[in-house]
Amino acid sequence: MAKKDGPRLLLGTRKGVFTFTRRKKGWKLASHAQAGNPIPYVFHDARTGSTWCSIDHGHWGQKLARSRDHGATFESVEEPKYPVDAEIKPGKPAILRYLWCLAPGHASEPDTLYVGTEPGALFATRDDGRSFELVEGLWNHPSRMEQWMGGGRDEPGIHSVLVDPRDARRMLVAISSAGVFETRDRGATWVPRNQGMESPYLPQPTPDVGHDPHCIQWCARKLDVIWQQNHCGIFRSTDGARTWKPVHEREKKGKRRLAFFGFPICADAEDPKTAWIVPADADQRRQAIDGALRVMRTEDGGKSWIDLRRGLPDERAYDVVYRHALDVRGDDVAFGSTTGNVYWSEDRGDSWRELGHNFPPVYCVRFAE
Amino acid sequence: MAHVAFTPHLSRYFPDLRAADVEADTVAGLVAELERAHPGLASYLVDERGRLRQHVNVFVDGHAVRDRERLLDALGRGSQVYVVQALSGG
Repeated sequence: MAKKDGPRLLLGTRKGVFTFTRRKKGWKLASHAQAGNPIPYVFHDARTGSTWCSIDHGHWGQKLARSRDHGATFESVEEPKYPVDAEIKPGKPAILRYLWCLAPGHASEPDTLYVGTEPGALFATRDDGRSFELVEGLWNHPSRMEQWMGGGRDEPGIHSVLVDPRDARRMLVAISSAGVFETRDRGATWVPRNQGMESPYLPQPTPDVGHDPHCIQWCARKLDVIWQQNHCGIFRSTDGARTWKPVHEREKKGKRRLAFFGFPICADAEDPKTAWIVPADADQRRQAIDGALRVMRTEDGGKSWIDLRRGLPDERAYDVVYRHALDVRGDDVAFGSTTGNVYWSEDRGDSWRELGHNFPPVYCVRFAE
Repeated sequence: MAHVAFTPHLSRYFPDLRAADVEADTVAGLVAELERAHPGLASYLVDERGRLRQHVNVFVDGHAVRDRERLLDALGRGSQVYVVQALSGG
């Protein structure tokens, strides 16, 4: 059994949950649970001491599980279910297809947990997983049937859920493809928050709803600063998602654009001007740019991006890093790729060390206490 | 009364699952009885609407169940039912 002995690193992979514990010289594998099962998401809930994961069984459907022993063993938790009359579109029943992300509720509500799913729904448990309810205010949003599209998954999906530490009633979600939505009344009503977003692939590039955020995250110390890795670049809000501005690199003649397309984005918890991305070749190719694996960091609010490559392969790399597969905690940064490579840094990405090269495809990387 | 047996893969999630005699007239009724005996088991076999999951199959007396939507295939006295899944992927 994994002991709680300092920082841990969780990997959700195509073949189970890997838990590492911090040692002086690196990370030691403490356990491999759910062996063989695809794990879209895993995280440790510091409020309750539980480690949660979603499971994408090839045969048995989508499941949830919880560990009380820091990822060593898991118990089944009954998964959210769509109401029997729920429809994606008229005549097309909504059946649970994917448990894309799990997010803790407010610190004052330790029994509340949110689950973002495909097809595009948000579920909440208020009793620590004994039961889940559909957040109907979002499901019934008038834009859903007409303006939400598949993106990343066949049907619309919710992959980012942020609960405001200042106000348990306020939340942001990001939906592929619809955009960012905000509630201020615990999910009863929602408004799209996509002003300033631009999606040139759309017939009308600046709709209220219809954008494709890949990931959003806010700065824990300054929550009005929110970063968004979008299908169409990198965007930042400094007013709590009311407006967004592009902060990706512009195309310049004779210079390869690097910081633009990608899936994950991580905000520094303290510095609102610092964030990390893992850029990919946009957007039809989706592989490491020019065969070199890189992380990029901005320290000036996105005006410039630092190319972080020390310790990462600079040729014959084709890795893609999924939206939940990059994490930052303090000076520690870690990411895992679809080709089973996992790297970590203890100096904010300035230099990288390998955790391993033969992991299963990695879907999720999360630090834990 | 039908006799039902299971792929051994299910025992990973339901360690107490054993072949058993179950009182049911249809496959749907059988699934409901199994859920009563092993809470959560039905969700491994059927989706929220009660449809057989894509890669799960149920054989009744050697024949794959015909009604995958509602599982209304009849069970006779002494029917032999087998629940399997199609392993795939890598």
